[in-house]
Amino acid sequence: MLILLGVAVVVVGFAAGFNPLLVVVAAALATGWAAGLAPLDVLAAFGKAFNENRFVSVTLLVLPMVGVVERAGLQERARTLMIRFKGVSVGPLLIGYMAFRQITSALGLTSIAGQTQSIRPIVAPMAEGAVETHTGALTDATRHRVRAFAAATDNIGYFFGEDVFVAIGSILLMVGFLASSGITIDPIHLSVWAIPSALAAFAIHSVRLLAFDRRLRREGQQ
Amino acid sequence: MIKLGVVYVVAGVMFAGFAILSATDRNNPKRLGNAAFWGLVALSLLAGDRLGDLGNGVLVLGLAMIAGFGLLGRGQPDTTSPAERRELSERFGEKLFIPALTLPLVVIFGILVLKPLQIGGAPLLDPKQATLISLALGALIATAVAVILLRQPAISPLQEGRRLMDTVGWAALLPQMLAALGAVFALAGVGKVVGDLLTTYLPIDTRAAAVAVYCLGMAGFTMIMGNAFAAFPVLTAGVALPILIHRFGGDPAVVCAIGMLSGFCGTLMTPLAANFNLVPPALLELPDRYAVIKAQIPTAIPLLIANMVLMYALAFR
Repeated sequence: MLILLGVAVVVVGFAAGFNPLLVVVAAALATGWAAGLAPLDVLAAFGKAFNENRFVSVTLLVLPMVGVVERAGLQERARTLMIRFKGVSVGPLLIGYMAFRQITSALGLTSIAGQTQSIRPIVAPMAEGAVETHTGALTDATRHRVRAFAAATDNIGYFFGEDVFVAIGSILLMVGFLASSGITIDPIHLSVWAIPSALAAFAIHSVRLLAFDRRLRREGQQ
Repeated sequence: MIKLGVVYVVAGVMFAGFAILSATDRNNPKRLGNAAFWGLVALSLLAGDRLGDLGNGVLVLGLAMIAGFGLLGRGQPDTTSPAERRELSERFGEKLFIPALTLPLVVIFGILVLKPLQIGGAPLLDPKQATLISLALGALIATAVAVILLRQPAISPLQEGRRLMDTVGWAALLPQMLAALGAVFALAGVGKVVGDLLTTYLPIDTRAAAVAVYCLGMAGFTMIMGNAFAAFPVLTAGVALPILIHRFGGDPAVVCAIGMLSGFCGTLMTPLAANFNLVPPALLELPDRYAVIKAQIPTAIPLLIANMVLMYALAFR
């Protein structure tokens, strides 16, 4: 039970609003201590794992390109583009993006879109523009809600599309795990059975996006 | 064969550039903190394999200290004003989308054309890391296209990259830190303890109860560990294999596929999945760190219920 100390440190640390990097290091040290490891050994294990996981941070390489196109006015362009497409309001716009994200992820193209390269420079400004053309200038609070919804839509499309692709990490993990438990399974069956949940995710989030859209219009009219 | 090591060198040079430019930024009173932080990231990327495990541990401790003691500020590189941007966006028009579209096109080219390519019997790209290598290549080409096509200053990729990097701040390193924490959890056997707790104390006598325990367990455990991959082996060995598959005869493909996606519902609800849930609010300059999670929870909960219904209906045909 003591071994769960690290989990408790994470929960309490995040809830109390301490800097998450410090919370994570504290949780690692607490877990190691509870497991009876020497502090320096825990630090070394943590450093080793940090080094092995450097690939996680490679996606930050797209920041310079995003910054340069922002400097040249891409966000403004994406926003004003929506004035021309007056008929497209924020709900259908984000539903369309979700469909694109789910389908491309299902084809294995998970890294052609994402929070840094798509949501910040293009999709979030377009979503803001779509709301602005219907309701006029946005309050900060509304702007932030629209952005949060755009980011959420990217995550949902990505998560519930990628498992339909046969060669994605999670499918390979399942095949390997089942094989080690004596069950042989063709990865294609796992991807096929991800489709019903993918459709459910699309339906549920679409309903929410349309409701969000309607709510914004109602607020805009008042 | 091109491996991920090349990508680390490119990223390391980029962070070294951020560190040097940060150090000379007179508008940022915390410029030395920023220079040290991005400098340590550059060191990790360029020389991580030569620092030794303890050396890397000390490096991580340094990053956490700089961030935790509030030594990280926000640089103010020279950039265009909102009015200038409006004017530029009129001038460039749809051309502005070209660099952003170059990136996915290069990634697709990398995956479809470069990945299968063999030179002298050896693959050109390390097959396991072809996607990340393609992404890095795409980022470089798209940046070059942006600078040339939009006639931006040659230093602008580093200055603008630094502007965005400072906007995200320490949150950018959180995903990698949490991945490392997951490794420490695994070393200490945290997963097994939680799995035993779940399977010992929860009733799983009926088909419906077992489906519910497995799906809710996957979501809950994923929230604690920040990652459905960590939850899957524990919950599947504890609940899905013995009960759902062996006792009730459930189809393993249906049970596992939907079980994993139930875990993904948990990913939508946890701050520990930082790259999806905490980095975007920083990137989008939202005041509420949890704004994206809050936008996802009302989708994640009905979807979790839908997954349970789907598993119950489809696994025992």
